[in-house]
Amino acid sequence: MNGDELIDTFSSFTLFADLSRPQLEALAHIFEEEWFAEGQRVVHQGFGGVGFYVILHGEAAVRIDGVERARLGRGEFFGELSILLDEPPAADVMAITPLRCGSLPRSQLEDFLLAHPTVSLRMLQVELRRLRASNQWRA
Amino acid sequence: MAGVTTSDGNVTPFAPGDYPVVVVGSGPGGLQTAYWLRRLGIPYAHISADDAPGGLFRRFPVYQRLISWTKPYAVEERGTRAYERYDWNSLIAVEPENRSLVAPFMDGTSYFPARAEMEQGLLEFASRTGLAVNYGCRWEATRREDEGLVLETSHGEYRSPIVIFAIGATRPWKPAIPGLEDVPHYVEAKPARHYAGRRVFLIGKRNSGFELADGLLPWARQIILASPRPASLSVTTRSLVGARARYVQPYEDHVLAGGNVVLDVAIRSVERGGDGYRVHAVGTTNPGDFVLTVDDVIAATGFEVGLGDLPGLGVATFNQGRLPAQTPFWGSASVPGIYFAGSATQAAAGLRKYGISSNSAAVHGFRYNAGVLVRHIAERHFGMMFDDPVMPPDGLIEHLLHAATKAPELWNQPSYLAHVVELGARPGPVARGITPLAHFVDANGPDAVAVTVESDASGDIHPAVYVRSRGTVSEHLLPSAPFHDYETEDHRSLLRAVLDPVTRG
Repeated sequence: MNGDELIDTFSSFTLFADLSRPQLEALAHIFEEEWFAEGQRVVHQGFGGVGFYVILHGEAAVRIDGVERARLGRGEFFGELSILLDEPPAADVMAITPLRCGSLPRSQLEDFLLAHPTVSLRMLQVELRRLRASNQWRA
Repeated sequence: MAGVTTSDGNVTPFAPGDYPVVVVGSGPGGLQTAYWLRRLGIPYAHISADDAPGGLFRRFPVYQRLISWTKPYAVEERGTRAYERYDWNSLIAVEPENRSLVAPFMDGTSYFPARAEMEQGLLEFASRTGLAVNYGCRWEATRREDEGLVLETSHGEYRSPIVIFAIGATRPWKPAIPGLEDVPHYVEAKPARHYAGRRVFLIGKRNSGFELADGLLPWARQIILASPRPASLSVTTRSLVGARARYVQPYEDHVLAGGNVVLDVAIRSVERGGDGYRVHAVGTTNPGDFVLTVDDVIAATGFEVGLGDLPGLGVATFNQGRLPAQTPFWGSASVPGIYFAGSATQAAAGLRKYGISSNSAAVHGFRYNAGVLVRHIAERHFGMMFDDPVMPPDGLIEHLLHAATKAPELWNQPSYLAHVVELGARPGPVARGITPLAHFVDANGPDAVAVTVESDASGDIHPAVYVRSRGTVSEHLLPSAPFHDYETEDHRSLLRAVLDPVTRG
């Protein structure tokens, strides 16, 4: 994936749908690209210092105490709850295919969201959908 | 060792043929890997396209001084293992006479060695250890054959089931920006005096961009340092992420309006015009279009691993194809038998807690990866068993806290490498040596404890202990300490409380 492809990938994600081309280009520099082998954990339940991740390619499983609770794919993101609530992650996130992610260190997420309010709004919408799904599941 | 006698009577080591392992590259990563292979008695061949040891340090940095320190006088005595924490450049060795070989060549003008001083240190290591390399032997192509790999080289074919590529992340890389292909890269920068009185546009705000800017301060009429992402500085990230302190001067010049400018812009295109260039850019952190007329443009846009035809063989890459995807033990994630050493090992990112990367892009990090890699290869591919030391049960706490306080691999690869002790064995805990932390926390295995050193968001440095008990790994952070001495009663007591449930379980 070259730089333009990375920017195109970001532009296709709902989370970044409102950003201009120069903003997307900056995003491609702000986010680090990371690669995880199948079976490797990206986020470890209970460990501090987790980052924010957006999946560029591949699939990950969300597991709490070893029990799978959800699957995440291209364009979906994770790590934000732990960062914004300043709590260790409540779940493992494990690559179940080779997984390529864009990552942002936790120290930069708040500033990033404040500088990009439309991303914050899109993120809030996703969180609300997750909450609704969780409530429906419990009911 | 298979060799060929040339017409002048010299023996060229490692003639083409079949070998259990082949190492490619004679920079610090290749030398360190070969050192451990030989020490563990694993037969190998070592080839290099260069005609002498040293790798990139035979040419770079452009302005001839490193950003990694070697302190000729440090709080630990030169020649000891503990001293390695303060000497980021010497290769490591078990024999005291082969340690700390960079400092003796330094002239006292800086604790950052000059390029030539570093090169001399590497030559000295290769000479003292007697490491043989088939120099001038260029790896040209690769193919798979009979479950192994065949390297086609300028000297003939090498066959091996295991190839360790220590080829550096040194191939100049530029992003796909129209016109940038005609702009010199960092490696093509001219001597600083060439830029006297000129307006210079530098693309890139990492260390190579800041190095050029710093070198040009006494010469250039104006320096514009530009990239989409705001500059980050190591003194504010409290890590090696960001430009190093000694290159901060151009940044200070910018914030004090000294005439040089640091811009956050996405570069649209670069055009030749007259005797110079015209750069079109769009602001990122601040909106606005820029059209700048400058005398010179230099792309300090980084490097990639020169993988040759390996992607065609199935070697997966990422980061715009610049790095080979790797397992925690630095094997290709997609092609068995291919491993990486040296700065390419930065691709195995580890846990990156708090966003802090490993130091695997630099000598002081990857020199330790090499030893861990060779032991991994020895165990996995050669079935070698290691007689790891058993400690008395009451020695566990002291062992872990001593490692956290003194072990140079933990200080040079914090939160990336860990010392592991297997618990529950008889007659006592077994020190299993050094392992990638990312492997320890993901792998199944017997009850064990791993210790490393970590920083948190505030930059506080402290020991971190990971306990694997019945297949589940938990994280325990111990407090920081003045002078980073963790061999204290407080630390003993806290660590005992962490370990008691496992060791007494």
